Amino acid sequence: MKITLKLYASLANCLPAEAVKNQAEITVKSDITVREVLDAHNVPFDRCHLILINGVFSPPATAKQATLKDGDALAVWPPVAGG
Amino acid sequence: MAWTRKILRVNLTEGTCVSEPLNMDWALKYLGQRGLGTKYLMEEIDPKVDPLSPDNKMIFATGPLTGTCASTAGRYSVITKGALTGAIACSNSGGYFGAELKFAGWDMIIFEGKSEKPVYLCIIDDKAELLSAEGLWGKSVWDTDAAIKATHQEPMMHIAAIGVAGEKGNMYACIVNDLHRAAGRSGVGAVMGSKNLKAVAVRGTGGVSVEDFGAFMKSTEAGKKALAENAVTGEGLPAYGTQVLMNVINESGALPTRNFRDVQFESANDISAEAMAEPRRSDGKPNLLTNQACFSCTIACGRISQIDKDHFSVVNKPEYWGAEGGLEYEAAWALGAATGVKDLEALTYANYICNEQGYDPISFGSTLAAAMDMYEEGVLTKKDTGGVELKFGSAEMLTKMADLTGTMEGFGEQLGLGSKRLCEKYGRPELSMTVKGQEFPAYDPRGIQGMGLTYATSNRGACHLRSYTVSSEILGIPEKTDPLSTDGKAGLVKAFQDATAAVDSAGLCIFTTFAWTLEDIAPQVDAACEGNWTPDTLMEAGERIWNMERNFNLAAGFSGKDDELPKRLMKDAAKTGPAKGMVSGLDKMLPEYYEVRGWNTKGVPTEETLSRLGV
Repeated sequence: MKITLKLYASLANCLPAEAVKNQAEITVKSDITVREVLDAHNVPFDRCHLILINGVFSPPATAKQATLKDGDALAVWPPVAGG
Repeated sequence: MAWTRKILRVNLTEGTCVSEPLNMDWALKYLGQRGLGTKYLMEEIDPKVDPLSPDNKMIFATGPLTGTCASTAGRYSVITKGALTGAIACSNSGGYFGAELKFAGWDMIIFEGKSEKPVYLCIIDDKAELLSAEGLWGKSVWDTDAAIKATHQEPMMHIAAIGVAGEKGNMYACIVNDLHRAAGRSGVGAVMGSKNLKAVAVRGTGGVSVEDFGAFMKSTEAGKKALAENAVTGEGLPAYGTQVLMNVINESGALPTRNFRDVQFESANDISAEAMAEPRRSDGKPNLLTNQACFSCTIACGRISQIDKDHFSVVNKPEYWGAEGGLEYEAAWALGAATGVKDLEALTYANYICNEQGYDPISFGSTLAAAMDMYEEGVLTKKDTGGVELKFGSAEMLTKMADLTGTMEGFGEQLGLGSKRLCEKYGRPELSMTVKGQEFPAYDPRGIQGMGLTYATSNRGACHLRSYTVSSEILGIPEKTDPLSTDGKAGLVKAFQDATAAVDSAGLCIFTTFAWTLEDIAPQVDAACEGNWTPDTLMEAGERIWNMERNFNLAAGFSGKDDELPKRLMKDAAKTGPAKGMVSGLDKMLPEYYEVRGWNTKGVPTEETLSRLGV
């Protein structure tokens, strides 16, 4: 299946080479977990403070076990804030 | 201690500058800056006064911690009746001006009356005088800053000034200090212009004393350590600034786009922090040069940018080729997503002009977006706009309108009215995305429900800085709440509003609260000041201030009926993203909010509440 991986700020360095504008469509196995996707791209999980699956917050403590579906968008940020 | 205990009262009609003692009874109840300045305003003017008349007063107020070594302790506020809103205005700024005012020995300046001719106030320590600004009238903020420093041969002066926008009555004109920091919202610059006051220039060579030096150093050191060790304030904000939110809020489906027609902007990444750091295709250099800190700040979230010299906006304009204040999130949203413009360099140019001529980029971008909405609906035509095609997405049009609005020429004069007045003038008031006349910032209440209640109840009109529930609803600080749920938001908004009022009144930046709670702030205030400052007494002071501001607005003629959102947010559901199909749940949250506030069903504080708070 295919998902869209979006990595921002300092995590952008972990995106695959073909990524454009902080995102890349990647092919993954069915029922892959968030943690498996991030590990496959060498994203340091302890730096993943904000994880959104299809725009919806997923607590880091449980996100790693969360499974993804075909067409999902996984977006991840290190510690950030603004206003 | 911490307070200098001195106020400078400047009567512009009479041309006098008089020192008077600070009312310490009020200081111990309202702390400083926002709280204390509002108390003075409340006592000294009729809330029904015309904001642009000589009877309105304007107060520059520091907090007790302003000018100390506490982290971020450089803030001051301008408090007045807002030109844009007719409501209480308190516009907060960083930079170095506030601390310099304190070093000169003043807690506050109260301006009253109106000068017959343009003047500026020059303060050098305890000497204050009004000087002619006839040679400065018509100059930009930046040129005024340079001219005053040259006149006094004093490069260490810090200057707060209005540009041409404030002189000519742009209703959302700012007061800009230190070139790039602004008391930006509610039209405080228009009030300053109406008084024929061009600038306030300050040089202070003193310091700020604190009550318990040992305890103060210990508590401020602990505070700085907490900021440095916190991942957001120690790493995220200095590296990426507030602009990193662009993709976060867009992904969350709460980025208002094209005057709130949409909640996601397809080109958000092009105007984001990531884009600012990316080398440009045109010249191989990034838009972002470095970060910058305000006085005593250990976070340093400010952006310094440089536009590509070959970009159409600055071709043959070498005065804009240098390093200047760059885009913050709210400005980038208003100039970009709100107008549908994705050209980062054009946004940066428009932001420069906002600083140079002194007007609020949030209100400008939102007003322009409303005008574009009316143009696309055929309400406005080229005949109205001076031949300009005012369509969403045009970078050329954005920069042209920024220039015209800065000098209030052509259609820029219409844009200077603000969204509410402009939309009313052309018979489409429902297209104005405002509360109490002030334009929304960068969060859509359909995707972040708490922000709808925040906007509706903000005492200075729609504003994110009065209750930044985004922190909880999106970022999970201090704890995560569901942005799509209205449950518990009344209490959440009240807590944010009261705590923020206390932080503002201390003279600190609210960005500290990504790492600090009042448990961290209270020891710093308590060590610096007389009085008993605990998290509870600070929270109570914040609640007192909030209710006082509400009373000002009620006396000015506002009522619970003004705690409302535009129909678009209540009727037109979000089209995409997590909030797809949702509208704002304000009607559910507002009665709960009045209840937790201790107000009656019409939004009026009860006698019991006011008595409990000593308002």
